[in-house]
Amino acid sequence: MADVQTPLPGTFYHRPSPEDAPYKSKGDAVAVGDVIGLIEVMKTFIEVKAEVAGTFDGYTTENESAVTAGQVLATVDA
Amino acid sequence: MAIERLFIANRGEIAVRVIRAARELGIHTIQAHSEADADMLAVKLADEAVCIGPAAARDSYLDVDRVVAAAQKAGADAVHPGYGFLSESPRFARALEAAGITYVGPSADTIERMGDKVAARQAAEAAGTPVVPGSKGRIEGVDEAAQVAAQVGYPVMIKAAAGGGGRGIRIADTEDELRKLAPQAQAEAQAAFGDGGLYLERAVRDPRHIEVQILGDGHRAVHCFERECSLQRRRQKVWEEAGAVCLDDETRQALCASAVALAEAVNYSGAGTLEFLYDEASNEFFFIEMNTRIQVEHPVTEMITGIDLVQEMLRIAGGEPLRLTQDQIKVQGHAIEVRINAEDPLMQFMPFPGQVGALHLPEGEGIRVDHCLYEGYQIPPFYDSLIGKVIAHGADRADAINRLRGALQAFRVEGLKTTVPLHLALADDPQVQAGTFHTQWLEPWLDAGNLTPAATGGTS
Repeated sequence: MADVQTPLPGTFYHRPSPEDAPYKSKGDAVAVGDVIGLIEVMKTFIEVKAEVAGTFDGYTTENESAVTAGQVLATVDA
Repeated sequence: MAIERLFIANRGEIAVRVIRAARELGIHTIQAHSEADADMLAVKLADEAVCIGPAAARDSYLDVDRVVAAAQKAGADAVHPGYGFLSESPRFARALEAAGITYVGPSADTIERMGDKVAARQAAEAAGTPVVPGSKGRIEGVDEAAQVAAQVGYPVMIKAAAGGGGRGIRIADTEDELRKLAPQAQAEAQAAFGDGGLYLERAVRDPRHIEVQILGDGHRAVHCFERECSLQRRRQKVWEEAGAVCLDDETRQALCASAVALAEAVNYSGAGTLEFLYDEASNEFFFIEMNTRIQVEHPVTEMITGIDLVQEMLRIAGGEPLRLTQDQIKVQGHAIEVRINAEDPLMQFMPFPGQVGALHLPEGEGIRVDHCLYEGYQIPPFYDSLIGKVIAHGADRADAINRLRGALQAFRVEGLKTTVPLHLALADDPQVQAGTFHTQWLEPWLDAGNLTPAATGGTS
């Protein structure tokens, strides 16, 4: 099991926009570099990418919640 | 009735600025803050502080009902909206009025009218203020857009009628491009503003951005001369000057007089700014929009005129007639403001919401620093990256640049990356020194690698 962490503090989003589906759902294949979510930091959106390949295990941080740098956002079965 | 208890519905450096102005007028200050801003400088400086909701701005600073309820509960008789957030929301101004609280700014109707690009343009045309050739009204379809563009002349700029802050703007050089871009602009405007109405105008190539500061009391208006804010990145101003040295006196007088005419035509009350594009080649200026609030760059005007714009706003909102006549407003020297953002200019301006370590702010003749910093302050990641402004006033532009450079060299904040290296590089650039720039100048300058660790001596 590998953690996906945020490099920056801010607000975490599971989806590219409120109308879209989440980037990943449990059981989805994950490749290195896949976008897992977005961090909004000071009005700028930064993509959070997977650093390992595997199977998406789920988000551990709720959509639109405040996060601190280093917080675990999701886990991947590597 | 003079304001006695002022509620500040904003954060960061502008909240600090408003508190200072209110205090000098003997007004009691009540600072609003989100849960994430409980330890911000304005909270420490204000007489009282009130939490208005969670960190997310939509649940606190942007929530009209919560802000109005908090102001009422705190017994405020007036609210200063600052800039951004609810500072140009007619709904907010109306809700305060309904609650019997004075809004420090123009009427809700004026905010609404000048906030709509089409209505603002019609007001300008009626007042005889020059506007960029463009569509007479809203455009709903692509065929109509093509028809209007043929009359206006290419290149044309496609904007959302309800837009702001440069969002959704596209430029088409040909009809083919227009037919491709207009539907995109319409979809984006619908998504962003709930209004798919478009607006077309001639694109003025490489214009300068010049704006005029206005004060009005609803009956009479004066101007406090102009500012030039042509150095922009992603349509955000980064370096602002007062005055605009590219203007000759005759053009400056015509520009400022046309701004006063428009402000008086809409019975403007409070501080406001009329923004213009200036085409240097033809010596023409065109009104583009009005900001019905105080602006980030207001200090440069204060430096050259000696007028405290925020105090004047508070006096006018408190019912005083305008204290100044036009002939009392004189310009002395030149002033430059640079925006200090918590961003790393050497890493594509990546936000850097760090904790403020050792802090040393520049002081000296002609130097002013407006900011929201103190040692140990953890900058929250939820809001704008603007943490302060360094303003330098000199006898002339060259003197102001020299003082600015000295101030920036003395500016020390540990624990953060800031835009100071950008401003130091700009201060040393021959074109900036010569004043030969326009609104499309800074981004290519950055793309050309003028700001690199080597170019700034490795400092950051």
